[in-house]
Amino acid sequence: MSADMKLTLKVWRQKNNKDTGSFETYQVNANEHMSFLEMLDVLNEDLVRQKKEPVAFEHDCREGICGTCSMVINGQPHGPMNATTTCQLHMRHFKNGDIIVVEPFRAKAFPVIKDLVVDRSAFDRIIQAGGYISVNTGQAPDGNAIPIEKNIAGKSFEAAACIGCGACVAACPNGSAMLFTSAKVAHLGLLPQGKVESDRRTKAMVAQMDKEGFGMCSNIGACEAECPKEIKLENIAFLNRSYFKAVFGGVEE
Amino acid sequence: MSLTGLFLILFLVIHLIGNLQLLKDDGGEAFNVYAYFMTHNPLIKFVSIGLYFFIILHAVAGLWIAYQNKAAKGSRYAVSHRHGTSWASNNMALLGTLILAFIFLHLGDFWYKMKFTDQLNMVSYESHPVAVKDLYERVATAFSELGIVIAYLMGMVVLGFHLWHGFQSAFQTLGLNHVKYTPLIKTVGKIYAVIIPAAFALIPVYFYLFLR
Repeated sequence: MSADMKLTLKVWRQKNNKDTGSFETYQVNANEHMSFLEMLDVLNEDLVRQKKEPVAFEHDCREGICGTCSMVINGQPHGPMNATTTCQLHMRHFKNGDIIVVEPFRAKAFPVIKDLVVDRSAFDRIIQAGGYISVNTGQAPDGNAIPIEKNIAGKSFEAAACIGCGACVAACPNGSAMLFTSAKVAHLGLLPQGKVESDRRTKAMVAQMDKEGFGMCSNIGACEAECPKEIKLENIAFLNRSYFKAVFGGVEE
Repeated sequence: MSLTGLFLILFLVIHLIGNLQLLKDDGGEAFNVYAYFMTHNPLIKFVSIGLYFFIILHAVAGLWIAYQNKAAKGSRYAVSHRHGTSWASNNMALLGTLILAFIFLHLGDFWYKMKFTDQLNMVSYESHPVAVKDLYERVATAFSELGIVIAYLMGMVVLGFHLWHGFQSAFQTLGLNHVKYTPLIKTVGKIYAVIIPAAFALIPVYFYLFLR
């Protein structure tokens, strides 16, 4: 049985941030065992052979943990599979003869750099705004020196699974970064180590998020549905709670 | 949005309880006396100013947020495939605008005529010391027209969709999320979004079918 497949790709091509951009149509001969990125590699090899400009897309680890492979496939960030990054999306989930539309993440705070590559440095600046947590240096502390309730530790770990890929912003009709920011605030704010600076951190990260031009959360839930790491909306409620606490009850700096 | 929204959710219950007196088979006495009370009690007058303010604040803030969010999204996708979200949550600004239009229609029909004109007849009841305006008759006249009845039914469908998202969303925005209570809030919100508009819708339907 042949596993080869012929696909029609409609790919967003945009020279740079000033260019308006448009879709180009390509034919690709792929194989169902390829990942989506490997299929794009095949397309780019074809384009290079034809002395054409290859499609610029971001990729790094190709094992689903770095969050670099940002693109919207048939209207969904990271494609049609739940809890899957583009690099872990395999072509067997598509059919021979399919037309696949590939676009960059869309949000004003994520400007397109080239083709499918967008500038997500706004996320880095939100993380930087969070600052530090207080940890004792010196010898490695005893493993159970700080007691943490198991479910709390579990929730913190789940929030920490966020890889900062930006699919939440890409999926959100409001271009809001609340799921990302809330995952960072929750993963530190739930633990005793992170509680010390919680008020200051929450305020600073929210302020930076607003400054970057992300939209406001209206609890639609598209972010949660598209998140490759299944970050939950309850983190956003946690962020709101932390924020109210910081603003109304926090100590003035 | 959440605080004003929750206030308006509470208001809907009070409004409904008052309006259900329209269904009482007493020729409108209970409702007309109630309408007199609602327009003359100083405390109610004071709260109603708050209500107008919250309606306007909710609408203005909602439209402003929708505008800001549209700008924050920038360009749209060529292919849109949203899953895991309700239609209502994606269209709150549209639904809200339709509700605002409905409120204008609704106020023009009853509130304006009751408070600012002398179009309504005066009726006297033995149980009440002064004559009151016959708002009941105005309601009966309005709901004898099929067009108005249909407009009210459509208004209630739109309100239902708005509440379908809005009820639980208000709690989420306030950070009121808990493993024990969030499922309850979501269920209550959905029941509320169906029951309250349906009960409101019952009034024009009842008038049109049985009292015309």
